[in-house]
Amino acid sequence: MIPLNFYLILSAFMFCVGVLGVLVRRNAIIVFMSIELMLNSVNLSLIAFASFLGDPTGQMLVFFVMTVAAAEAAVGLAIVIALFRNKQTVNIDEINILKW
Amino acid sequence: MFSYVGFIVLFPLLGFLVLGLFGARMKSEKLIGIIGSSTVVLSFLLGASIFAEMLSLPVSARSHIVKQFSWIAAGNFSVDFAFQVDQLSILMTLIVTGVGSLIHIYSIGYMHGDKGFWRFFTYLNLFIVAMLTLVLADNFLVMFVGWEGVGLCSYLLIGFWYDKNFEKGTTGDAAKKAFIVNRIGDFGFLLGMFLIFATFGSLNFDTVFSAATVFTRGDTTITWIALLLFVGATGKSAQIPLYVWLPDAMAGPTPVSALIHAATMVTAGIYMVARSSILFALSPVAMDVVAIIGALTALYAATIGLVQNDIKKVLAYSTISQLGYMFLGLGVGAFAAGLFHVMTHAFFKALLFLGSGSVIHAMHEEQDIQKMGGLKKYMPTTYLTFLIAAIAISGIPPFAGFFSKDEILWKAFSDGSPLLWCVGALGAGLTAFYMFRLVSLTFEGSPRFDEHHLHPHEAPKTMTIPLIVLAGLSIIGGFIGIPESLGGGNRFEQFLSPVFAAADSKMLLPYHDVTATEYILMAVSVAIAAAGIYFARKIYLERTEIAGQTANRFPGIYKLLLNKYFVDEIYDASVVTPIEKGSEKLLWKRIDVGLIDGLINFTAKGTEYASQFFRRVETGVVQSYAIAFVAGILFILGWLIAR
Amino acid sequence: MTFEQVVFFLLAATAAFSSVMMILQRNPVNSALYLILNFFCLGGLYLTLNAQFIAMVQVLVYAGAIMVLFLFVIMLLNLGDDKRLREHLGIRTYAGIGFSVALVLELLCIFVFHSQNSAVRQSGNAVEMGTVEYIGKVLFTKFLFPFEVTSLLLLAAIVGAVILAKKKVTE
Repeated sequence: MIPLNFYLILSAFMFCVGVLGVLVRRNAIIVFMSIELMLNSVNLSLIAFASFLGDPTGQMLVFFVMTVAAAEAAVGLAIVIALFRNKQTVNIDEINILKW
Repeated sequence: MFSYVGFIVLFPLLGFLVLGLFGARMKSEKLIGIIGSSTVVLSFLLGASIFAEMLSLPVSARSHIVKQFSWIAAGNFSVDFAFQVDQLSILMTLIVTGVGSLIHIYSIGYMHGDKGFWRFFTYLNLFIVAMLTLVLADNFLVMFVGWEGVGLCSYLLIGFWYDKNFEKGTTGDAAKKAFIVNRIGDFGFLLGMFLIFATFGSLNFDTVFSAATVFTRGDTTITWIALLLFVGATGKSAQIPLYVWLPDAMAGPTPVSALIHAATMVTAGIYMVARSSILFALSPVAMDVVAIIGALTALYAATIGLVQNDIKKVLAYSTISQLGYMFLGLGVGAFAAGLFHVMTHAFFKALLFLGSGSVIHAMHEEQDIQKMGGLKKYMPTTYLTFLIAAIAISGIPPFAGFFSKDEILWKAFSDGSPLLWCVGALGAGLTAFYMFRLVSLTFEGSPRFDEHHLHPHEAPKTMTIPLIVLAGLSIIGGFIGIPESLGGGNRFEQFLSPVFAAADSKMLLPYHDVTATEYILMAVSVAIAAAGIYFARKIYLERTEIAGQTANRFPGIYKLLLNKYFVDEIYDASVVTPIEKGSEKLLWKRIDVGLIDGLINFTAKGTEYASQFFRRVETGVVQSYAIAFVAGILFILGWLIAR
Repeated sequence: MTFEQVVFFLLAATAAFSSVMMILQRNPVNSALYLILNFFCLGGLYLTLNAQFIAMVQVLVYAGAIMVLFLFVIMLLNLGDDKRLREHLGIRTYAGIGFSVALVLELLCIFVFHSQNSAVRQSGNAVEMGTVEYIGKVLFTKFLFPFEVTSLLLLAAIVGAVILAKKKVTE
């Protein structure tokens, strides 16, 4: 029997790894993948709670999160493509037109 | 009849409105003059009928309060716009409207041809409104409204010929000086009113004066109230130290000097002190101050008047001096005597000023008496009436001035001190001297002007008739106040005594039987006056070189008197210039521009610097924003953990 | 050690390892592959939690569709090992690392110190809950409205993606 906490610790760890990826990496594609990682960690946490509490709401939420993540990935990558066409780079350090 | 008292003020107010709104379009001077004068005449007739009715009533029923409308009602503080008709106010009303109507009629002739003819009568009517409000008020606040109103009209009328030069400045400067010096006095009046309200809870005369009777004599609060009110009186009635505006006020047209600065406005201070007689009676200190300042001013102004060469300046200083006598009378407790002198002085001083106006007109605006002389053969009516007024002011019986001035001097001796009498008597002698100096230099002797170029002529009827009427009043006006010692019943004092009953009971003046001292003093004062007249005529008509020699032998004193003791210069250096320069250098440059503007600029600069600093937060790179997010999350989590 | 525990630790370790490896790779294709490995492990973990349907959907949608999309885009952009893709170790990097480590520590702090009475046993109906039948029943009754709204969301995403990625037509 795996206690709930183990799943939650793993979820937290994956989340923080995702945050690290978002904050540190310069490549836009990697940043997107880190975001997907964060979403998945939250999914894990939700399923764990659903299982341990006997409430199907958790699994339903995961269902919808996955849908949204898919949509977001599609649109986000479209933006990256458009950006790449304009600036020939995916290095987000160079996308700083809103700089002071 | 009493309920119609509001119309006394209403008639001149209507005159003001009609002339003010339509006067510029009226082409006929006669129409303007008739409108302007008839309002005041109507007020006088109405006042006279109320007076007649008052005489028919028993003494206890003579005081009425007629409310016009409720003015202020704010919590505990309520003030009605109401008129109090009693002996004192009806006396002042008659003086104001009577002498006022004569002066209005005179002005029709004097201001003939002036392009501001309609404006003059508008302001004159407004002045009458304000003055009547002042004397008819039943509470301090409405009186103050009238007080300020006459100050305003004085400013408007002094500066009437606003583009004319006057001495070192313009007539506008003289008008401003009058207004500002009056303001200083008004400040004292206001403080007195505040103190009255704080002490008595009301500004109504009846309420305050009846509540005052329970105070003990010498109470400090009452003393302060009386002194502060007196400061206001010194401003309006030109006593030391706030008299400096009145000589400069001669910049205005002569009827203005006659009406405002001789007969009516300057007596407002005396009226106010007389009205508040109970407050002054409760404070021996204040009474002494009033008497001493009155006596000092009387003597001081007379000395200055001795050497002045402008005909109107001599009369101005004479006015200040005579006002000093009135305050002397009030200060020793002779309230009725002071008011008697107000009335007789109104007659002969107005006459003197109007006569001088006639002379100025005839001499084509020349006012220096050294350039006149021998006018009596050109203007006999003016000369005769002027002479009558001069005799009256010198205090020669049986003319009006004798009875009133003598009453004051006698009361000063018996209820005040012999020293006060001495000062007063000396002043009386000087008065006689300089008045007859004026008469001799102006009318008598041989002409000192070019008779071929300048043809003086007598004034028209509209100007001479008021002169004659006033001369008549100067002759017979004193008879209503003949004292007991000379066989009269002093009807004047008896008429006014109910008004001062409360004050008299507080002062506890000993009753004076008719004694020989009174006759002796009377004779002495007549003798002094006669001596003054004699010496003046001797010097200025026969041995004119004595005047010049005396001036050369005492050049310092002569210069001091000629320059009015340099008081104007002293005030300028000690008060006016520091305030002006201080305001400019310190208050304006340092505080307003430097501090306040600087503070605002500093705030703006500070905002600018702060924003320069903080704009670096906007890096444009999404990840730095994300770092900020994470920092926030960390903080919240940490706080939740720590809880 | 029961079979469950072994499976769990194996899957958890692989998931953790692959996630860390994902963010450290320079080549984005490698990152994508590690992420796919991560997703498979997560699918396995869902199976241990008796969420069969979700596990299948995870593999199908995430590993099968989304990651394929990622790989397509990576290939499309033709990112080489450019000089311009060099990572720049500035203050932002250190701040980021610092904050992330702090976050991990804080979360661990919560789990270690603040969670008493946490559940140790899966609920009774966990098995039944994970079946397609059950999920379908719940989805189309209780969660019908979000389900329908999601379809709108997908429509918007499709339209958006098409428009954003379209080549501008120049005359």
